[in-house]
Amino acid sequence: MKIPELKKADKIILTAIVLTGCLIGIFCLVTGSEGAYVKVTVNGSFYGNYPLGVDGTFDINGTNRLTIKDGYAYMDEADCPDGLCMKMGKISRNGQSVICLPNKVVAEIVDESRNKVDDGVDIYE
Amino acid sequence: MNNRPSNSKIALYAVLIALAMVFSYIEMLVPAFFFVPGMKLGLTNIVILVALYKIGDKEAFVINIIRIILVSILFGNMVSLLYSLAGGMLSTSVMILLKKTGRFSRVTVSIAGGVSHNVGQILVAAILLETSGIWWYMLILWFAGIISGLLIGILGNLVLERLG
Repeated sequence: MKIPELKKADKIILTAIVLTGCLIGIFCLVTGSEGAYVKVTVNGSFYGNYPLGVDGTFDINGTNRLTIKDGYAYMDEADCPDGLCMKMGKISRNGQSVICLPNKVVAEIVDESRNKVDDGVDIYE
Repeated sequence: MNNRPSNSKIALYAVLIALAMVFSYIEMLVPAFFFVPGMKLGLTNIVILVALYKIGDKEAFVINIIRIILVSILFGNMVSLLYSLAGGMLSTSVMILLKKTGRFSRVTVSIAGGVSHNVGQILVAAILLETSGIWWYMLILWFAGIISGLLIGILGNLVLERLG
């Protein structure tokens, strides 16, 4: 199988692409930190905040179920046809999210300051 | 309307669209999915890449758009249409631009296409879902795009060589 020769321009742009990917990776690592809450929105509207420190299972809008255990959150039940959200794994760092596209559910890790700025919702419920 | 393509060309484009649709369907049977929705092998882009180099820029672009619309009607929904269109249009545009410079090999063009396809989809996700945790997905899909672009580029190149 013949793999085509790479010209100089190719090497430059391929290196640039890989480097950009690494930069994104660094960006992720730097901006990520252990989060405090799982913020759940359904169809863009705020649904609830669940502290990561408290284990529990929570029904989301009757279509999904969010479980928090040992500081991780994950979707363990969903009635969507593809079930991709349940395969997204466990999240715990700021910015990570589990998304159920068909049910329009987004569960995202946020810390306290973001909560107050974004929604004006009192998190001390 | 004096630039209407010949009947045989129209038939050729139709066949290519159909072929691209079949590839799309086959892809659905193979879950190439890890943590993130939207990860695919991108097999249809073999057809697009071949069309790009064998026929032309505009034709490849239109074939891709029509393919996306038809696949979304048949197997998807409005949301998937939006994502696919965003990814497909950005991807094909980037590939056309790179190809026009004449300085990059087909595999590189395909890699750029793969990456920009995912970028387009992430942008739509960022707008629709208003999440800021997008960087995490961007990272994974960025490298997934590189790998699938590479794979499709090699396969597409093999096809193009055999077509002569």
